[in-house]
Amino acid sequence: MKNRLLWPVLALVALLVLNVVVTPSFFSLRLQDGHLYGSLIDILRNGAPTLLIALGMTLVIATRGIDLSVGAVAAIAGAVTCTYIASGGDPWIGMGLALLLCAALGLWNGFLVSVLGIQPIIATLVLMTAGRGIAMLITEGQIVTVDSPTYREVGAGFLVLPIAILISLAVLGLVALVTRKTALGLLIESVGVNPAASRLAGVKARTIIWTVYVFAALCAAVAGLMISSNVSAADANNAGLWIEMDAILAVVIGGTSLAGGKYSLTGTLLGALIIQTLTTTVYTIGIAPEITLVFKAVVVIAVCLMQAPIRIRVRQGVPA
Amino acid sequence: MTEPVVDMRGISVEFPGVKALQEVDFRLFPGEVHALMGENGAGKSTLIKALTGVHPLAAGEVRYAGGSVSFGGPAEAQAAGISTVYQEVNLCSNLTVAENILLGREPRKFGRIDGKTMRARAAEMLARIGLHIDPGSVLESHPIAVQQLVAIARAVAVDARVLVLDEPTSSLDVDEVAELFRIIRVLRDEGVAVLFVTHFLEQVYEISDRITVLRNGRLVGEHATATFSRIDLVSAMLGREMGVLEEIERRTGTPGDPLLVAEGLGRKGSVAPFDLEIRSGEVVGLAGLLGSGRTEVARLLFGADKADSGRVLVDGKPVHLRGPRSAIEVGIAFSSEDRKAEGVVADLSVRDNLILAMQAARGWLRPVPRKLADELVAKYMEMLDIRPANPDAVVGTLSGGNQQKVLLARWLVTEPRLLILDEPTRGIDVGAKAQIQKLVADLAAEGMAVVFISAELEEVVRIADRVVVMRDRQKVAELDGGAVGVDDVMALIAGGGGVEKAVAS
Repeated sequence: MKNRLLWPVLALVALLVLNVVVTPSFFSLRLQDGHLYGSLIDILRNGAPTLLIALGMTLVIATRGIDLSVGAVAAIAGAVTCTYIASGGDPWIGMGLALLLCAALGLWNGFLVSVLGIQPIIATLVLMTAGRGIAMLITEGQIVTVDSPTYREVGAGFLVLPIAILISLAVLGLVALVTRKTALGLLIESVGVNPAASRLAGVKARTIIWTVYVFAALCAAVAGLMISSNVSAADANNAGLWIEMDAILAVVIGGTSLAGGKYSLTGTLLGALIIQTLTTTVYTIGIAPEITLVFKAVVVIAVCLMQAPIRIRVRQGVPA
Repeated sequence: MTEPVVDMRGISVEFPGVKALQEVDFRLFPGEVHALMGENGAGKSTLIKALTGVHPLAAGEVRYAGGSVSFGGPAEAQAAGISTVYQEVNLCSNLTVAENILLGREPRKFGRIDGKTMRARAAEMLARIGLHIDPGSVLESHPIAVQQLVAIARAVAVDARVLVLDEPTSSLDVDEVAELFRIIRVLRDEGVAVLFVTHFLEQVYEISDRITVLRNGRLVGEHATATFSRIDLVSAMLGREMGVLEEIERRTGTPGDPLLVAEGLGRKGSVAPFDLEIRSGEVVGLAGLLGSGRTEVARLLFGADKADSGRVLVDGKPVHLRGPRSAIEVGIAFSSEDRKAEGVVADLSVRDNLILAMQAARGWLRPVPRKLADELVAKYMEMLDIRPANPDAVVGTLSGGNQQKVLLARWLVTEPRLLILDEPTRGIDVGAKAQIQKLVADLAAEGMAVVFISAELEEVVRIADRVVVMRDRQKVAELDGGAVGVDDVMALIAGGGGVEKAVAS
């Protein structure tokens, strides 16, 4: 386990060092009106939605699945809440409605994958495409702006630290607790490592798979609320666009194999931080906007390659 | 006799840590059908792959058509005239019959594929093996059997001198097998040498001219089919001479009430309907060759496969076995023969593997308390002598025997009433084997019902109170009490003329 997380940690440190070299004030924090400000805090705040979605994705990937619909689900969550608030509703009820609807969308994904047996990548592609349409329907094609101080707190508020990152870390702690204190973690890994053996041992694989897709959708919903709350608006087209890619990358960089099985929540945390730090780095070291994506890709490939030999070595130590 | 077209001498093939073939000689003559026989792991597939260049030789020489050869792979072998047809149809089901037959060697005209010539050529090849279907029809519109025959047409399309058929009949019904055999005879009469691998004894005697038997990677013998009796074939495959019996230490126990009764239970294409009664405190052995239906019986009893006929009663009440969970609920446990694919969860620890079934039964909300898990792990590690005695060891790193013990323990902690063990002693060392046999006897003495499946007849006969014999996917006999000997079982497995011969001897 230590070995598996070594390279992501080094990559994160390397990125941070690079930033300090370019911008010496990178690590400086200042307390103002009881809020912490600084580049590191920005990374945490902007990385919160990615981390949250990556947590849900980790469990999905551990069962040999993948959820491409999380970005669209995030957009739907923002659309529902903003439309509700804009029509004079209470923000708390609006957020509750969003979570309910997204849980239902998670049930839909879980149904396609576990009951109908559709390949996860295809099953969730349905909602990835259709979900943006649903969000458009809800917002009637407009960018819905709201003016609700309560709602604004979710994505932009502070309790010394940004509320968004506190939520994400709380969910991380909760998932770690639930998977460790109940048998969910064991059963998820068991289904991911060997579905056939798990079935013969009587594991309710269907329920497990259903659970992780609902959880992933809920994570996406909360992330969507953060994104939309941060700008006090719901943009059906662009909210959470490509965030599923960042989330999957975060999981992979964190050392969880796309082949399913053993997963690492700590790894996912590191992965999400690397992704966000990378995005920030692109701005601080002044990489031309037209090649930022290429730069990101190069770093991601480098991290994955650095991990690979270690994992291969680990594998070789295990006779098949 | 003429010169052999294939002459393999002293063939040895090694994989890391395993000698898959040791100094095997094999000859194949033009115009004969030669059956290659042996139990699972005997080296049949390895020998075929050594011939077609898939596996490099550690020692030995392959002579083909008079010269020494060393193929780089199946494609080279095929180009030289050795075609192989595998158990699964390896064709493109979305293309036409003609396209499949001539795939990779399509006739061309001005650089484009000439469809008309292609269909005509394909029709010729189909006519050669007497298969009358439209070459322009899409392959998947035909039943699997016809697809199999198309695969053979493709294989012989390149003037094959040697045709290797690796278990081509396992998915075919009786009429389809007859059609396949008709075609094999046509090819044989044209001088093609046919190497035929199957698990069905009837078919061997129907079609083959000679038989080569392998066991544990070694050549047992080569015989003319006409003078090689079924009983001799079975004993050669299993490695036992008739009449050689070990001292049997039989456990004397009184079986209790019927626990599970199967009435006309069956599944099409898997096992013919059978009746079976299992009493508590009784060990029922299932004997038969590989593919005889012994595993299929176990899977039906556990609900791992759904039966399409008959019913199962537990304690006299009908039980609907929808899947493993419903069987587990009534106290049935099943340990698969395929330890790796259907047994251990390789990346998880011994502890996690051991409590998996118990945990699955409790649901994820009620975790097995760590203290209980540690107690259970400690208890079974000692009881079954699991090594290394480290609950956190990754199960994939354990030896086969120790993995098997972990799987046994996985079910024992759930305290089942009926334990079905499919090949629990295969591929494990002698010590572990003896421990598992003793455990089974002890469990039965405590009142558990056990279904014990093994390819080793001595083992089945020694452990079981009752032996159920399977042949060609049918239950053919049930031998009661202590009078069962290995010879009796072997004779029944061989079936056909074997019974009379066994009685005569």
